Amino acid sequence: MSTHQTYYVPAQSKWPIIATLALLITVYGLGSWFNDLKADRAESNGPLIFFIGALLIAYMMFGWFGAVVKESRAGLYSPQMDRSFRWGMSWFIFSEVMFFSAFFGALFYIRFWVGPWLDGDGAKGVSAMLWPDFEYSWPLLNNPDPKLYPAPEGVIGAWGLPLINTILLVTSSFTLTWAHHGLKKNNRKQTKIGLAITLVLGAIFLVLQAEEYIHAYTELGLTLGSGIYGATFFMLTGFHGAHVTMGVIMLTVMLVRILRGHFNAEHHFGFEGASWYWHFVDVVWIGLFVFVYVL
Amino acid sequence: MSAVIDDHGHAGHDHHHGPAKGLSRWLLTTNHKDIGSMYLWFSFCAFLLGGSFAMVIRAELFQPGLQIVQPEFFNQMTTMHGLVMVFGAVMPAFVGLANWMIPLMIGAPDMALPRMNNFSFWLLPAAFGLLVSTLFMEGGGPNFGWTFYAPLSTTYAPESVTFFIFAIHLMGISSIMGAINVVATVLNLRAPGMTLMKMPLFVWTWLITAFLLIAVMPVLAGVVTMMLMDIHFGTSFFSAAGGGDPVLFQHVFWFFGHPEVYIMILPAFGAVSSIIPAFSRKPLFGYTSMVYATGAIAFLSFIVWAHHMFVVGIPLVGELFFMYATMLIAVPTGVKVFNWVSTMWRGSLTFEAPMLFAVAFVILFSIGGFSGLMLAIAPADFQYHDTYFVVAHFHYVLVPGAIFGIFASAYYWLPKWTGHMYDETLAKLHFWLSFIGMNLAFFPMHFVGLAGMPRRIPDYNLQFADFNMVSSIGAFMFGATQLLFLFIVIKCIRGGEPAAAKPWDGAEGLEWSVPSPAPYHTFQVPPDMNDVHEHRKGTGGELTP
Ligand code: HEM
Ligand SMILES: [Cu+2]
Repeated sequence: MSTHQTYYVPAQSKWPIIATLALLITVYGLGSWFNDLKADRAESNGPLIFFIGALLIAYMMFGWFGAVVKESRAGLYSPQMDRSFRWGMSWFIFSEVMFFSAFFGALFYIRFWVGPWLDGDGAKGVSAMLWPDFEYSWPLLNNPDPKLYPAPEGVIGAWGLPLINTILLVTSSFTLTWAHHGLKKNNRKQTKIGLAITLVLGAIFLVLQAEEYIHAYTELGLTLGSGIYGATFFMLTGFHGAHVTMGVIMLTVMLVRILRGHFNAEHHFGFEGASWYWHFVDVVWIGLFVFVYVL
Repeated sequence: MSAVIDDHGHAGHDHHHGPAKGLSRWLLTTNHKDIGSMYLWFSFCAFLLGGSFAMVIRAELFQPGLQIVQPEFFNQMTTMHGLVMVFGAVMPAFVGLANWMIPLMIGAPDMALPRMNNFSFWLLPAAFGLLVSTLFMEGGGPNFGWTFYAPLSTTYAPESVTFFIFAIHLMGISSIMGAINVVATVLNLRAPGMTLMKMPLFVWTWLITAFLLIAVMPVLAGVVTMMLMDIHFGTSFFSAAGGGDPVLFQHVFWFFGHPEVYIMILPAFGAVSSIIPAFSRKPLFGYTSMVYATGAIAFLSFIVWAHHMFVVGIPLVGELFFMYATMLIAVPTGVKVFNWVSTMWRGSLTFEAPMLFAVAFVILFSIGGFSGLMLAIAPADFQYHDTYFVVAHFHYVLVPGAIFGIFASAYYWLPKWTGHMYDETLAKLHFWLSFIGMNLAFFPMHFVGLAGMPRRIPDYNLQFADFNMVSSIGAFMFGATQLLFLFIVIKCIRGGEPAAAKPWDGAEGLEWSVPSPAPYHTFQVPPDMNDVHEHRKGTGGELTP
């Protein structure tokens, strides 16, 4: 509860409306692009529109977050505002958790029910009548209809790159916490080093992930179109990778801010918010490692 | 700390200003009242648009046979009607009410994250512009029903489905941000002494609604993303040929969908819980049980989704589990109805327009609840499913439920918003015409549904002709009546008897402690709620106990 006499009330801002336009242009461009690709139309202005939208989004992000950083630096935010940001960030992360839950849920549903049913087992085993020859296994190396969905020849084993990636990300969570401790103790050197190591680990993770994708596509025939194994695999790891990329960008901004002398031992929610996000991405990876790669 | 800030970060100027002039006031605003008004107007426009789609449907169904539209277009109308009503009319109306009223009810100066608030609103016109534009695209707009089951919405969808998917994404972003704002406001901006259990129920139900929104809108985003991948990138989430399953679509969709129906009704529960005490001149009966019942409903809403899928082929244990879990929801819902009725018991009742809508809400929503219970009986649902009985059910919970809740709220708070009393005679006329119209439109649907008339179909067997004609007449009546509502609101904005700060003598709550119309900025100094008596709790209490 507030102990303040009056509240913070911001004035008008142009950023939200720019953000709206940017998003609308982006999705419109993307949609036209996808549709033109699918219909094999030779000419498409989708990519151009998409590109303009994406530029606008970048401009908006710089502007909006820049304004917030400036206000924060000017000491305009009360502890109450700080708490609002905290609630905002926490619930945003919760919404992301639910987004991933949808895909994890799909994976479990497929593995525990759909697969066996298609093979003739369980309560709905009659579905086996569709493709009597189909045999279910996980990883799914034979699809019910291989003509429509050619199955992969192999999948990515857990104990190679994925294990290394797990170690990388878990370590990065620790180095980030170490950096945070540095900030709280006003040991900014520790913060810089910790943050830099975290970023390097995150970047290596992304490179290895890209390598894994190339391997899957070129050597294993494991693609988005190779049946439900590929679909769930790329959906989960792909969205996770996108989130790691976001996290790397956020932490890079934090490093730049630290180098410029922003934050102090008490006030550094920008940093904390970015690190919450990073830990969240890390936890999702653990789930991925266990349920997508190992089991 | 009392800085008013603009983009350039210099503080302090224009502290007690009123609204900015011209268009920029609306485009750039961070004021919860402006944003609330925009949400409400947007919602009303969507209501009229979605309503006109419904008029097309009812005109075609006026008689058996094909008269006015082709089946392809009919399908687009049912789809767009559902989508526009759910995402464009009902949800934004409640967000608008939340924006206007929550800060006033808890003694906050604004929403917690005002710029994000503006963003949430403006995304909606963008999303709906995109959605409605699909009607004019080659191949037509979405035609697969508002539930957009795969493979209708993937393999067999018109090209415009891609834009439909992105429109859903934009709406989802808007809803999630709006919900985060509500949670942050309620948890962080309450006036000193405004404990959680002193909050008006509208604030409580919205807090829980916001939680539901944050939990399930991302799941909706997930399911449309899987569709997008299936359509454009060759994945097989919803195709059994690749090891996926179309039923997976239904599970993920309804995991969102059932909580979604509570998102559309819980805020109405809250508003009605303020309105009934005000016009009964009695405190709300069973405040605490109302809070817990709302929580219970929200929890249960996560474990009943497959009652929409009884006939799709789920294992027997699934049928049983989802049947009993669904029936459980009737318990907390019954608690609420009991409390509303008990609040009225021996009250000194008067029936101004808000109360008329609220009482009709209690009665007619209960009818919808009962038909829901019938549908929840899995073996019976084998017959009812996808018939007009289901259409009758959800219209009874949505029209006299959600929509009447919104009308009741609008009349209740219009004096606070505009500073004028609305025209009570016209408002009562609006009520009675709506009441009769909607019952005429939807009650016969129970009968034709039980007799086997399928939903989402442009033509029907001759035996259903009479009831369908009655339905259509009622629907036209209900639809036309809403223009009267528009007239009443405009009239009220432009003039009328000046409203007192507290125009309803039985009303309670902080919103009535500020003048009418509410000044552009309110509660910049938080009111102290510490000495408000306990027995006031549940209606927000008053400044002077
Ligand atoms: C006692 C409470 C309720 C019960 C037991 C209940 C039960 C059900 C069941 C079993 C169905 C599926 C029928 C079928 O498709 O065969 C259904 C459909 C539906 N219900 Fe309810 N319901 C309840 C309350 C509500 C509320 C409060 C709302 C919204 C405000 C709502 C909105 C809907 C909608 C929109 C559908 C149709 C979905 C579609 O297929 O398009 N229900 N309900
Ligand atoms: Cu349901």
